[in-house]
Amino acid sequence: MGDLKRTPLYDLHVELGAKMVGFAGYDMPVQYPLGVMKEHLHCRGAAGLFDVSHMGQVALRAESYEAVAKAFEALVPQDVIGLGAGRQRYGFFTNEAGGIEDDLMFANRGDHLFVVVNAACKEADIARMIAALSPDVTVEEITDRALVALQGPAAETALARLNPAVVEMAFMDFTEVELDGVACWVSRSGYTGEDGYEISIPETDAVGICRKLLAMEEVEGIGLGARDSLRLEGGLCLYGNDIDSQTSPIEAALTWAIQKVRRADGDRAGGFPGADRIFGDLAEGVARKRVGLSPTGRAPMRAGTPLFAAAEGGEPIGEVTSGGFGPTFEGPVAMGYVGTAQAVVGTEIFGEVRGKRMPVNVAKMPLVPANFKR
Amino acid sequence: MKYTEEHEWLRVEGDLVVVGITAHASEQLGDVVFVELPETGLEVTKDEEVCVIESVKAASDILAPIDGEIVEVNEPLVDEPGRVNDDPMEGAWFFKIKPSDLSQMDDYMDENAYKEFIG
Repeated sequence: MGDLKRTPLYDLHVELGAKMVGFAGYDMPVQYPLGVMKEHLHCRGAAGLFDVSHMGQVALRAESYEAVAKAFEALVPQDVIGLGAGRQRYGFFTNEAGGIEDDLMFANRGDHLFVVVNAACKEADIARMIAALSPDVTVEEITDRALVALQGPAAETALARLNPAVVEMAFMDFTEVELDGVACWVSRSGYTGEDGYEISIPETDAVGICRKLLAMEEVEGIGLGARDSLRLEGGLCLYGNDIDSQTSPIEAALTWAIQKVRRADGDRAGGFPGADRIFGDLAEGVARKRVGLSPTGRAPMRAGTPLFAAAEGGEPIGEVTSGGFGPTFEGPVAMGYVGTAQAVVGTEIFGEVRGKRMPVNVAKMPLVPANFKR
Repeated sequence: MKYTEEHEWLRVEGDLVVVGITAHASEQLGDVVFVELPETGLEVTKDEEVCVIESVKAASDILAPIDGEIVEVNEPLVDEPGRVNDDPMEGAWFFKIKPSDLSQMDDYMDENAYKEFIG
């Protein structure tokens, strides 16, 4: 484990008593002394601070935003050109088979495009962007900034103490804000289903700003354990579990993230990898679909649990891809893939846990309603 | 009190042996969210999996530490699995075994040996 990288906040995590684990090549806090359950509930009840500095921050530049956006549209099925300045959007890189290579956030920074990608995929993502876009577009990985998320209903109150301007930001706004005299890149977004912010901070100032936030009564440090249960209740995909290079965005119930202008009848239809498969899935439907799952009993259904249509007999109709206990839901929560016939909210199916088939209902996602500031 | 390498504790109570998991184990597991208890009357043999507990992180098996019959289970744990974290050494026992061979207890560690074992 000697090769694990450290984020600029590593020493702070250790000082706070975090239990550190290897995750995507980084030594990261999985929980603090509060524990996963209380951290989760604290985030939904007040505000939680997450270190997400392991994720990749990348700036893409060409002679104008429009030029870089046009080039980037060759890699993703999203409307990048139409994204307004100071706005952010969710997207994903697709492959020739129409699968998902990674999911990401991208923002129009006025003169360039700013992209945040998953830690485990960032090397491959950067290589992909360089291979496809250079030399017209320069791809610069930003390695001298920390990235933190402040999430929860009290996130606005907490961050506003460092700069009241953040109150005016709407969901998915992205702007530069001075926090404690430091120029930070702030988006009103996150990955918990709560209102909140993601904040990119120069690495030398990250500890100071985090200390200020953690000193506030509303704010607690939150580890990867609670980050996982929060995003699961929020119906949000974990790349590598719920979506991967084999999953089409249509199967993954991410159709909403493909704007009309990029679809088969749009003005800028296609032009991204795997467009044929994705348009085919859209037109003809898919054989399996990602759904929310609410086990009837108390036993958690973890990733890998096979799903069946009936309590006895038959072949599996799908599999749980993420599952565990939802502290806010106060019961087990999961998501997974099932046959389209079963992908109807309210359908009772069965998950096989330790050799026993346990009932589980197909449920509306998110299992815990989102609390965004629209 | 005796301790197993599986982080269970055993306490003799009259002619029964009470079984739970140690404070160290409950701390390592994290918040316990699910407990599945065995049926009373079940005949068990040493090292047989007799119940399952799940924390926010993972599932773990609880093994029968000795041969015998399960004569009582701590039913309230099913509704309040969090008690395993709050009171692992006393209130959150899992089951009571009527041992068929109490000398099997001799194989296990005493408190000092267990403390050394967990370092």
